[in-house]
Amino acid sequence: MKKERSLLRSIGIAVAIIVVLVVYAFAFSVTDVNFETTRSEERLTQLTRILRALAHPDIIEYDKEEMDVEVPFYMPCPEDGEPEIEVDKSGPYIVVDPPCAGPKEFVTINGFNFIPETRGPLNFIPPSGAKLQIGNFETNSDGEFEIKTELPNRQPVEEAQIIRATARMNVGSPRLSPLAWSTIDKILETVFLALLATTFGTLLAIFISFLAARNLMEEVKSPLTSVALSVLGWTVGIGLGIQVARWIGGFSESLSEDIIVILVGILISSLVIWLIVRWAVPAEEIKQPKLSVRIARLLALAVAAGLVLFVFNFIAYLGFYIGDYLEDNLGPFGFLGNFVFQLSDIFRMITPALAAMAVGGVLGSFSGRIGQLVSDSWSPNAVKFINVIVSGIAGATVFALVGAGIDWLYQIGDLTRTFYIPAGVGALLGMALALWVTPKRALPIGSVIYTITRTLLNATRSIEPLIYVIIFVVWVGIGPFAGALALGLHTTAALAKLYSEQVESILPGPLEAVQATGANRIQTIVYAVVPQIVTPYISFTMYRWDINVRMSTIIGFAGGGGIGFLLQQNIRLLDYRAASTQMIAIAIVVATMDYTSSILRKRFV
Amino acid sequence: MLEVKNLTKIYPGDVLALDKVSFKVEPGEFLACIGLSGSGKSTLLRCINRLVEPTAGEIVWNGVDITRASQDEMLRIRRKMGMVFQHFNLVSRSKVLTNVLAGRLGYVNPFMSVFNRFPKKDIDLAMQQLERVGITDQAYKRADELSGGQQQRVGIARAMVQEPEMILADEPVASLDPVLAHTIMQYLEQINKEDGVMILCSLHFLDLVHRYADRAIALNEGLLMFDGPPGEIDDEKFKEIYGKEAERIG
Repeated sequence: MKKERSLLRSIGIAVAIIVVLVVYAFAFSVTDVNFETTRSEERLTQLTRILRALAHPDIIEYDKEEMDVEVPFYMPCPEDGEPEIEVDKSGPYIVVDPPCAGPKEFVTINGFNFIPETRGPLNFIPPSGAKLQIGNFETNSDGEFEIKTELPNRQPVEEAQIIRATARMNVGSPRLSPLAWSTIDKILETVFLALLATTFGTLLAIFISFLAARNLMEEVKSPLTSVALSVLGWTVGIGLGIQVARWIGGFSESLSEDIIVILVGILISSLVIWLIVRWAVPAEEIKQPKLSVRIARLLALAVAAGLVLFVFNFIAYLGFYIGDYLEDNLGPFGFLGNFVFQLSDIFRMITPALAAMAVGGVLGSFSGRIGQLVSDSWSPNAVKFINVIVSGIAGATVFALVGAGIDWLYQIGDLTRTFYIPAGVGALLGMALALWVTPKRALPIGSVIYTITRTLLNATRSIEPLIYVIIFVVWVGIGPFAGALALGLHTTAALAKLYSEQVESILPGPLEAVQATGANRIQTIVYAVVPQIVTPYISFTMYRWDINVRMSTIIGFAGGGGIGFLLQQNIRLLDYRAASTQMIAIAIVVATMDYTSSILRKRFV
Repeated sequence: MLEVKNLTKIYPGDVLALDKVSFKVEPGEFLACIGLSGSGKSTLLRCINRLVEPTAGEIVWNGVDITRASQDEMLRIRRKMGMVFQHFNLVSRSKVLTNVLAGRLGYVNPFMSVFNRFPKKDIDLAMQQLERVGITDQAYKRADELSGGQQQRVGIARAMVQEPEMILADEPVASLDPVLAHTIMQYLEQINKEDGVMILCSLHFLDLVHRYADRAIALNEGLLMFDGPPGEIDDEKFKEIYGKEAERIG
């Protein structure tokens, strides 16, 4: 028995080894592994050329001084024998041996009395005056050189032609070449691009990470009534929020002509908001207040929220004024004005999104609560009946929205197919769900949100920023802004995943303790989760900045700005010396980032 | 008054943690809960404030069935139940004062608390409770800089700022040395006697039960084995609760 098993085991191992070998063999054939090419002489010459160019980065330059040294040369030899050539040996001079030869013959060129350690081209100059390079020379420490070279294939002429050695000398002190300057310019752009991408990505990722944390979301459970109603609440709320924000945006735009109106508007609105919040948000509540008081408070808070939107818009317009003013009057620091201007623009842009999320959130959680209340207090059959209705409507709404999305993408323009059928299917599915689910059972809606979030994050993360940038380039044009957006998007997805894993690994004890005090969900997150994740969040953010700096060096390959743009250009132009400069710049920045981030991490973590 | 009726908890995977447990606790009573590790003591305490969802049974407190309370109602009920844990469960990177103030979260305005703004009254209350357990000077230190005994005092202060009517203590002294154990138990006793707070406390050592508890209940594999004054736990009862091979220490 035992023996049999060991035999089986050996066969198993043998099969496994064969399978592994076959897999590798296939991999070799798929990847065209061919080491013969690595030894081919032609390719090796090319490789050498490129490596040598790379080893001579174009960083430092001097003012050049050229000195031409010429010698007459006969091609072919005159019929009356080898010519006598007079050379002035007081300065640098060259001697060609033999002094005359036919085309494509080899001659030896010797130079004397040159400045030591200089270099330059050797040219053959026919009567037409064209320069035919026949070689390069480099003088030794005595100022001499010797080069054997092949003559060009030219029509023979009788008169003397010229062989010229051009000695190039550096004069003055070394300085950075224009290419080095443009490289520095672009590498700075690269670093700031990475900074912005990391900042935007981090801010978004923090919010998303809580939705993608299993330990927090698993506990979120709601009965179907509540889920369906809050889906409806969110949908209506988002639509309403965008409308309200648009209306307030239009209204504040009409008032934005006068800076005084803006200032007064901000002051008065802020005061009113403060008063409302003071009244409607009491510091402590021992007993639950009456329903009428709660409704009045809700209404007051809604007014306050509207005013907040108003203030946001006004702050944006104020920012435009200040930004414009600064840009015109700060001279070299005008970019500060642009900063204020762009920040204000971000403010104005996200106001509708914020409003949509806020109104959606309020309506969603409010209708969810009503659902919970209904589910808790009504009889099971009544709840089931209600469920069939609201779940049907919610299903229809969701599917109709999906249908609208599909219509927008594929431009079908057929209401039956993009609206009625999806809505009908959604309604049927919703009702079926309501009939299938036990009426009052709490559904693991948190796990559903968790799964959806995770899936979206994984999908977003699996596409490289280099590909996103192609889309963003179409949207915002070639340049670093497109790169920052692409990197930011990828950062959001990647960090949200890392962050959420941190949230999942926190100690459950403090969480339990804070929950036991009667804290609600958000309070629990702020008091028990956040303190535990601050340090890993900082450390991950730095790590990501590191990655982003590296990524941003190549994001330019796809039009995303930064140093990649230059690098790609130079590689395409076969200017390897320039490319080498840019690679060195990248190496320096990445190494510096690595070093600083490790130091900072040690200090903070 | 707290009345537990036929409380049953079955964890996923058909693990029966509590099997139809019923008992009553009078206001102001100090009830000890004993039993082996894994006998269901922690589950029992956590069912009472519904950190663990009971599977069946009722928990009636001041005339309200806790098991049927909605989520919102549950938050209001939890405010009046302080909880003290074996491993203290402080947020180690937060200040001691913040940890104590966390006990007020059920009362304060959620919006303001998110920005760490507490009313002055609450901060005073927190300092008072820290003074009561004798660690006012540690208030602004980080919680993980404190020793075990000090951390448990912070835990008690956190429960006390809730101005609770009941304290659930889940093996509050199991991680502490015997001397500290008595100090912590004395704080609980003081809270029980002076403030009249009902205390449900799970304990391992019988001498602590004898010394501090008015009454004891014992669990073995989810079943209630004993309910009576601690003095009644003789050797025979002891073997019934802890099993035949168990030997009495302390």
